[in-house]
Amino acid sequence: MKHVLEFEKPVIELREKISDLKRLTENSEMDLSDEIVTLEKRLERLETDVYDRMAPWDRVQMARHPERPTTLDYIEYLFTDFLELHGDRNFGDDAAIVSGIAKFKGQPVTVIGHQRGKDTKENIRRNFGMPHPEGYRKALRLMKQADKFKRPIITFIDTKGAYPGKAAEERGQSEAIARNLMEMAGLTVPVICIVIGEGGSGGALGLGIGDRIFMLENSTYSVISPEGASSILWKDAGLAQEAAESMKITSYDLKKLNVIDGVIPEVRGGAHRDIQAQAQEIEKIISDSLETLSALEVDELLEKRFLKYKNIGDYTYLDL
Amino acid sequence: MLRDFFSKKKRYASIPSQEAKQDVPEGLMQKCPNCQKIFYRKELNRNMNVCPHCDHHHRLSAYERIQHLFDEESFVEWDKHMISNNPLHFPEYEEKLEKDRQKSDLNEAVVTGKAKMNGMEAAVAVMDARFRMGSMGSVVGEKITNAIENARKENLPFIIFTASGGARMQEGVLSLMQMGKTSVALQRLHADGGLFISVMTHPTTGGVSASFASLGDYNFAEPGALIGFAGRRIIEQTIREKLPEDFQTAEFLLEHGQLDKVIHRHEMKKTLTTVLDLHNVGGDQS
Repeated sequence: MKHVLEFEKPVIELREKISDLKRLTENSEMDLSDEIVTLEKRLERLETDVYDRMAPWDRVQMARHPERPTTLDYIEYLFTDFLELHGDRNFGDDAAIVSGIAKFKGQPVTVIGHQRGKDTKENIRRNFGMPHPEGYRKALRLMKQADKFKRPIITFIDTKGAYPGKAAEERGQSEAIARNLMEMAGLTVPVICIVIGEGGSGGALGLGIGDRIFMLENSTYSVISPEGASSILWKDAGLAQEAAESMKITSYDLKKLNVIDGVIPEVRGGAHRDIQAQAQEIEKIISDSLETLSALEVDELLEKRFLKYKNIGDYTYLDL
Repeated sequence: MLRDFFSKKKRYASIPSQEAKQDVPEGLMQKCPNCQKIFYRKELNRNMNVCPHCDHHHRLSAYERIQHLFDEESFVEWDKHMISNNPLHFPEYEEKLEKDRQKSDLNEAVVTGKAKMNGMEAAVAVMDARFRMGSMGSVVGEKITNAIENARKENLPFIIFTASGGARMQEGVLSLMQMGKTSVALQRLHADGGLFISVMTHPTTGGVSASFASLGDYNFAEPGALIGFAGRRIIEQTIREKLPEDFQTAEFLLEHGQLDKVIHRHEMKKTLTTVLDLHNVGGDQS
């Protein structure tokens, strides 16, 4: 494991100690089996302690883990015959969003997702997964195409946010995102959205209007990053941990707030520890959702999509 | 004329001294932040809060705007008493809401209803930046969504005047989802052939700019209004470059093809009337 997060250090250290002892037992006269058994039990307890009770801030770290699987990783495990399609036909091709057609268990689908890089070079090419307007417009072009050919759409959400740059503003970042929100609402095919890492604000929502919204257990979805929230609200970016708690940004928080349909359980210690097992969990969810949604008439699908969003919010009336 | 009095004065002291500034009684006089001239508030109000000297568009409250634009006593308000909860139990949020309710004549950052413009009836939503900077939480999202749905059901055009700093942070992801909610409602209006006019006023940024504000069949703006997705400071920090003075102004957006037209407040009613008329909007217009 190259990257170890602060909160999981005790687990990793204990695990290393156990493998050291194992090596020692194999290569020397000493028999340490008893100690190993004790330590393994302790590791089991420790893992439960650390991974089953992750604080919101721990999940933020996990969602941003450099080895965390990206859209293209999941595409490899979940789909066959993936053909990436490029360009918005107006300005360019935004590598921060990947999109294309593929088969899911034999059924043609359209797949779209934010794409981070895994190293600096790739991150620069992909602008750290932060799209420009042409990224959203490419996504919309392919969604319209999916609508025409009656292919369900699956989107993967994984971005810190839409890119806050000069060119992005000049080319209409706001309009590009807004347009996607409205057009996604009218698609006549099932749309399934899955947050796999960071769901950063409008930039995430721009691929996020659908019939089913799921989040991986250790992903986050928020109106602003914890760092941004703490610097605006408390004029101190150092209070990001507190902000992560107050802002309610974890998968379980969003389920409780009735914003998402479900939490997809993660491999213990994070999705990056076993991409294949993680992909299987995601596959089940997509399968089930497609089966339910494909049975609906278009009118019913659209009405339910409308009501899904209409019901989000919390308000009351003044006592008069 | 009072205005002459001030323009004469300019010869002697075009920049008021620190003392003179402090002498201006709160509420009676108002200084234009653009040209630094001081006017009687009444005079400004008579001019629809447009600076008589430099044309700077000052803020207009939601009810003032409705009064300026729509036929007398034609406005019927919807959801007036809808107020925010504190869904995330965010510290101090309720106090802040209460404070804004006290200091304004508003219960939330948007006023919705239906009204007539030169006899033509429309569903309207007018945002007001005095309330939590016009930020969008559950109530703003719900009221605008209801107004859009009412427009669709009653076959009325929908006109919105936006003024918002974006999503309301204290409601977290629920405010983010209001972008989705309002846009999904606009899709239904759109699918039914309904007319939607968006007028962006100062400021229209963040989540409001990236949802309904940009989705009009006609996207208009008031002169000088700040309109954009990301904040200037964030962009400057990201690209490490100083941005031009006029960046993200209505005029800048017009130049970059993001707006249909920039409309002076004095011309607003006339222009909107023309658009409504071109769409054969019904009502008791003779």
